[in-house]
Amino acid sequence: MSDHRVINSRLPRLDAPVKATGRAVFIDDMSFPNMLHAAMLQSPLPHARILKIDTSRAERLPGVKAVITSKDAGLVRYGVSPARYDETVFCHDRVRYVGDEIAAVAAVDKETAEEAVGLIKVDFEELPAVLTIEEAMAEGAPQLHAEYPRNLSAEVHQEFGNVAEALKTCDLTKTTTFKNKRQDGAFLEPPGCIAVFDLDGRLTLHSSTQSPHYVQRTLAMVLGLPVGKVRVVKPYVGGGFGIKAAVNTGELTACLLARKTGKPVKFIYSREQVFMLCRARHQFVHRMTTGVKKDGTLLALQHECYLDGGAYSSFGIATVYYAGSLLGGPYKLPNMKYDGWRVYTNKPTCGAQRGHGGVAARAAWEQQLDTIAEELGIDPIELRLKNMMQAGDVTCNDLNMSSLGMKECIEAVRNASGWASKKGKLPRGKGIGMACGFFVSGAGYPIYRSDTYHCTATVKLAEDGGAVQVYSASAEIGQGSDTAFGMIAAEALGVPLDCVRVISGDTDFGVDLGAYSSRQTLMTGHAVKEAAEEVKRQVLEALADELKVPAADMDIKEGRIVFKNGLVDYSGIRSRYIKEHRGWSDSPQEDALTFREASRIAYLAKGTIVGTGKYKPPALGGTFKGAAVGTSPAYGCSAQVAEVEVDLETGKIVIEKMTDAHDCGRAINRTSVEGQMEGSLAMGMGEALFEEVKFDDRGRVINCDLAEYKLVTALDMPPVETIIVESDEPNGPFGAKEVGEGAIMPTIPAILNAVYDATGLRIHELPLTSERVHAALKARGIKQ
Amino acid sequence: MKQLIRLTVNDRALEVAVDPNATLVDLLRYHLGLTGTKKGCDLGDCGACTVLMDGKAVNSCLVLAVQANGRTVQTIEGLESAEGLHPLQQAFIEKGAIQCGFCSSGMILSAKELLDRMPHAQEPDIRRAISGNLCRCTGYQKIIEAIKDVAR
Repeated sequence: MSDHRVINSRLPRLDAPVKATGRAVFIDDMSFPNMLHAAMLQSPLPHARILKIDTSRAERLPGVKAVITSKDAGLVRYGVSPARYDETVFCHDRVRYVGDEIAAVAAVDKETAEEAVGLIKVDFEELPAVLTIEEAMAEGAPQLHAEYPRNLSAEVHQEFGNVAEALKTCDLTKTTTFKNKRQDGAFLEPPGCIAVFDLDGRLTLHSSTQSPHYVQRTLAMVLGLPVGKVRVVKPYVGGGFGIKAAVNTGELTACLLARKTGKPVKFIYSREQVFMLCRARHQFVHRMTTGVKKDGTLLALQHECYLDGGAYSSFGIATVYYAGSLLGGPYKLPNMKYDGWRVYTNKPTCGAQRGHGGVAARAAWEQQLDTIAEELGIDPIELRLKNMMQAGDVTCNDLNMSSLGMKECIEAVRNASGWASKKGKLPRGKGIGMACGFFVSGAGYPIYRSDTYHCTATVKLAEDGGAVQVYSASAEIGQGSDTAFGMIAAEALGVPLDCVRVISGDTDFGVDLGAYSSRQTLMTGHAVKEAAEEVKRQVLEALADELKVPAADMDIKEGRIVFKNGLVDYSGIRSRYIKEHRGWSDSPQEDALTFREASRIAYLAKGTIVGTGKYKPPALGGTFKGAAVGTSPAYGCSAQVAEVEVDLETGKIVIEKMTDAHDCGRAINRTSVEGQMEGSLAMGMGEALFEEVKFDDRGRVINCDLAEYKLVTALDMPPVETIIVESDEPNGPFGAKEVGEGAIMPTIPAILNAVYDATGLRIHELPLTSERVHAALKARGIKQ
Repeated sequence: MKQLIRLTVNDRALEVAVDPNATLVDLLRYHLGLTGTKKGCDLGDCGACTVLMDGKAVNSCLVLAVQANGRTVQTIEGLESAEGLHPLQQAFIEKGAIQCGFCSSGMILSAKELLDRMPHAQEPDIRRAISGNLCRCTGYQKIIEAIKDVAR
């Protein structure tokens, strides 16, 4: 398949054995001596003025060690994007959603802390609340933030080409409005943390985060500590999907309580609190007008989008930009106009979730493209093949498709699904549909404006020889990044994976922006590769001095030194190594000089062998406002075919099969790539069929558990045929690019298009519950 | 007022004093240090805390510790033997059935209950057996493949 020795294979994950045996340590598995437990007081009202907070009874409860409010926390404003720092740790004058944090308690145990929270008395003056986009944007609506009038958290207005002119020249235009629903991240592990101050005032926060780096910076800023005194360490993390990329109140609270009490403080979110924390997929309302020529050539897209943001901004500014920019590809689209508004409402804050900003937009558009194909009498796959971009194409909003296996993906799912024998030929109630998508391999710019490297990595050789340690601040959150970096280091160095140990997730090991925007494989992968290559160079140089052979005439492969110009006498090195290790039972016996011996020689000559690597993308994108969002050094792309059965009496949808192809560049670990594809697809399927965070008219989440908020189970999940399409991405390490998020893009529209094929119904609102489908069937008078 | 209970956990006979409202998951995790059993919702919805009680898969967050009195409990830590990992653990590792790993302990134990009962379980049985164990990472495909591999 390839001449790689380690990557592009199916090696078991490095962390699988500890996870299969229950040994992997997650945040709630940790504890410290004298550790206190925290609980938070959160607003019961969606919108209210705080008149008075009385903590005296809580403070008097035996076992309580500290009670803090905004008086202790201060009013430093923070958030995700410095352009919208609109949060404080605790509310001081006003609460803006049910769940807004008001105070926190540290006590000897969790029960006492929770009891104390119940003793804090808050006098509120209730204010009228806005719970929908329409209410929030209405004339004279109650305002959430005085600084952001009209409840606008952010708005975007972009035009590329001239949409109005282009639409005039179209043979067919189509306008539709589409709506998804607010999602919950629903990672299995609720977020949590433990804050520890040492006697010198240094803070270590152990947290289940996707971005130790951003958390470190925010803690330093909010707590007024030098960054050098703040260390963030990530244990194993039970999934994040975007939500854990933003700093949370629990993290800040634990640090404040630890500082006040001088003791370690643990805070773990309950499942209900996860729903109130939210930071997950927004509700989007998309209105799109697409214009095409008779032959199906795409000419223009006019696109308006409204996002129900919740009470604060979090990642939302990026979200509202992504909702527009991620339609720039993967089809050639010369004219695109986008107007987006992210609206504050008195609900928990939405943020980034897998496929950030682009998932609902993609669903809306790919369904519309199918409608257009049908009206033009063109097969939906042909329409897409006709318009699709190729490697080297640049979108109208300046995104460069440096590699793009779009055609290969489409053809792969067409063939594997048996499209030709099924499309238009299935009995009523059965349907087949397809869709495509693309996504960034890492955001082109950091969240805060900076020239920082996006990641650094250090590779160190064990002084005794043979073992390779890879250090970075990257975040393994379940996606398999540690294994990918171990494989990249092993490949670059020329050693087997079992020589390599990966140590990550600690801000002491460098800068890494973290696990979001599908960035780590490409970006951290570059840094790790560079560091490993540097180590290899040092080893070969030391060997060159020792053996009087030019370094260029040697290489390292599979843990052995390769002499390109025939045999070299290395017996001196071997006998030296064996003498140093007298009594050891594992002396090198190979009839080749081993990496172990070579790295020992390098250490003896030069001291500890360390290589460092770093990566940041070159300047990317255009110069228009918001041009940064959507840029990336590379783009993954995908196509999926869904086959469904719809019960025409009840509206119940069963997904019978999914065929999924994704271009991930060069696959580092093929099993992990498939895992990301299958997991993305499952999440998209959940959003398509079941998932919706619901509220009552008082702004309370009414399905804040995993029974009423429905995830896909093993019984819902169809067989998935997973096809890896590989391209050689020039900007990726060993040609690799993303898979973790792009793979969700086609799922929802493929299902929507299949449901149409089965029923003749275009449904423009998610999720496709039996109730919604049944109502649509009934409205159309469709019977079996 | 704590109550004294006797139970066997991973082949070890134990006598522990527990609060009457303490759950089995909290006893295992916070008192016995068996943190391989995970707590994802504390409401019996996610299945991450699944353990085997007298051979039956239960959500240990829905079992009071006192209800485990006189029972035999097996957790993920009790699956390895002198011969090494349980075949299910091995298959989960080899087939890529583990991503974040938070559901893995419960998933493996639910699968074990099935295979103890039905060593050659077919895919529909497998899907049913793990339908109470949520996984947000894998889409279940590789988990099902791993269990099928052992059931073969």
